[in-house]
Amino acid sequence: MLKIDCPWCGSRNEDEFSNGGESHLVRPEPPTSVTEDEWANYLFYPTNTKGPSKETWFHKYGCRQWFNVTRNTATHEILNVYRIGENPPEENS
Amino acid sequence: MERYSAFGLVKHALTGHKKWPEVWRSPEPKPEYDVIIVGGGGHGLATAYNLAKNYKGKRVAILEKNWIGSGNTGRNTTIVRSDYYYKPSAEFFKYSLSLYGKLSKELNYNVMFSKRGSLTLSHSRDDFDFQRRLVNAMQLNGIDIRHIGLAEIKKICPILNFSKDARYPIYGAMWEPGAGTVRHDAVVWGYARAADALGVDIIQNCEVTGINKDLQTGAVTGLETSRGKINAKTIGLAVAGHSTELAAMAGFRLPIRSMALQAFVSEPVKPVLNTVISSRAISSYASQSDRGGLVMGGGVDPYNSYAQKGNTPVLEEVLSGLIELVPSFSRVRLLRQWAGIVDYTYDSSPIIGPSPVPGLFLNCGWGGGGFKAIPAGGEAFAHLLATGQVPPLVEAFSLSRFKDARLVDEAAGAGIAH
Ligand SMILES: Cc1cc2nc3c(=O)[nH]c(=O)nc-3n(C[C@H](O)[C@H](O)[C@H](O)COP(=O)(O)OP(=O)(O)OC[C@H]3O[C@@H](n4cnc5c(N)ncnc54)[C@H](O)[C@@H]3O)c2cc1C
Ligand SMILES: [Zn+2]
Repeated sequence: MLKIDCPWCGSRNEDEFSNGGESHLVRPEPPTSVTEDEWANYLFYPTNTKGPSKETWFHKYGCRQWFNVTRNTATHEILNVYRIGENPPEENS
Repeated sequence: MERYSAFGLVKHALTGHKKWPEVWRSPEPKPEYDVIIVGGGGHGLATAYNLAKNYKGKRVAILEKNWIGSGNTGRNTTIVRSDYYYKPSAEFFKYSLSLYGKLSKELNYNVMFSKRGSLTLSHSRDDFDFQRRLVNAMQLNGIDIRHIGLAEIKKICPILNFSKDARYPIYGAMWEPGAGTVRHDAVVWGYARAADALGVDIIQNCEVTGINKDLQTGAVTGLETSRGKINAKTIGLAVAGHSTELAAMAGFRLPIRSMALQAFVSEPVKPVLNTVISSRAISSYASQSDRGGLVMGGGVDPYNSYAQKGNTPVLEEVLSGLIELVPSFSRVRLLRQWAGIVDYTYDSSPIIGPSPVPGLFLNCGWGGGGFKAIPAGGEAFAHLLATGQVPPLVEAFSLSRFKDARLVDEAAGAGIAH
């Protein structure tokens, strides 16, 4: 069982949350000139990182807010939690 | 290779079973092969066997980082079915199931195919109607499957909770009589023994750590491994949940997520369940092994993972759902639990075909459902590695479908998560 530290509610069990996949994805623009390769990369090609991975999580059975998590996919250890719109902590310094 | 037979059993009994020959060799890797397959799971082994059998004269090796069968092929819940929705999937899985029917004879190795049928329950009027639509489509594709009502379900599986006020009342079911279970280790060992007998080098404890390419042409030239450099101009990847790692070594990405899928086994009990039961609505399924253990599974852990361990919320979801379906299971104790790292594509269909790197080919994206695909997947992949041509059976499962928006969306079509 993961313990996830919601930036709004504090530490809760993982079954209150749902995982929204990788974070910091930038939607290609403008739609009129985006190539098929760019769309495919955006939609279907996750980095699928082994190790520290940046993800969005949703506090489904709580405050119903989205936020960012850095989680090690090889160990499930949660390295940090930060709000939507913020940069990952290591990039702040 | 010494053929297995009743006579052989008697003969070896006379020498106290001390003179059985080794089942496969453990050769040192050679500096070069014509074809190398990375990954000693069912798909890698079946591919090597078909290469050696159908395209003679090639020097073939399999490189496996642990021991053969240590990945998902040795961790799955052994169910083989063909209840897929879209035509390409139906054709492929129907063919694969038919090959399983002949596999023991083909390999001279008993893979213990038990044709016990598969019963997929519906629990609401909507669920029931959806199944009727699925069954109609599957029948049009030639799958041997029927939509059945309560009376027949009661005959097939009397231990289900049929009461009207059950948490998950039973409305109907899809019944695929030709589905069943196959002993997973026997598939690994049977293919390994037969491939070895045809000259394939099975090299275990050999981890691939790099993929070498020709600077001019960009084509593969060989591999860096924990046992040294091994060259080949044709390389097939069949590494399931580790596919994106290997692709990264060759400099490209794949539309795959690696996730943990769990299985649970109970203490052995007397025979109570002679079919495979599953319910997509509650995302749980179960069968009973020959040893008596209830073999149970369900949905995948809902986030990326390479940790090869399952998490408790899914365990609780799967087991609590099953107990509602079969109340008598509530008194059975759980014996073991494990997970395998499976390779999910967005449309829950596999990828078999060329990669962006010349000479490097892909067999992946099986997610939680590629055990049933091993005989046909191996045959198709061998054809691809030997000829460079994609066989018609797997044309729809190309990597380019993600770019061309030609998805084979079994997750939406058949509601199949794995
Ligand atoms: C719990 C569970 C239940 C399942 N139930 C079913 C089921 O009932 N029916 C069904 O059809 N399917 C089921 N599946 C899915 C099925 O097991 C897989 O799709 C199938 O076994 C994949 O076979 P494979 O040969 O592609 O991969 P694997 O058997 O995983 O083999 C890949 C191999 O590659 C090796 N490898 C990885 N990286 C490297 C490297 N760098 N160098 C060398 N070797 C490497 C690994 O060690 C591994 O042995 C289930 C899976 C799980 C985990
Ligand atoms: Zn919250």
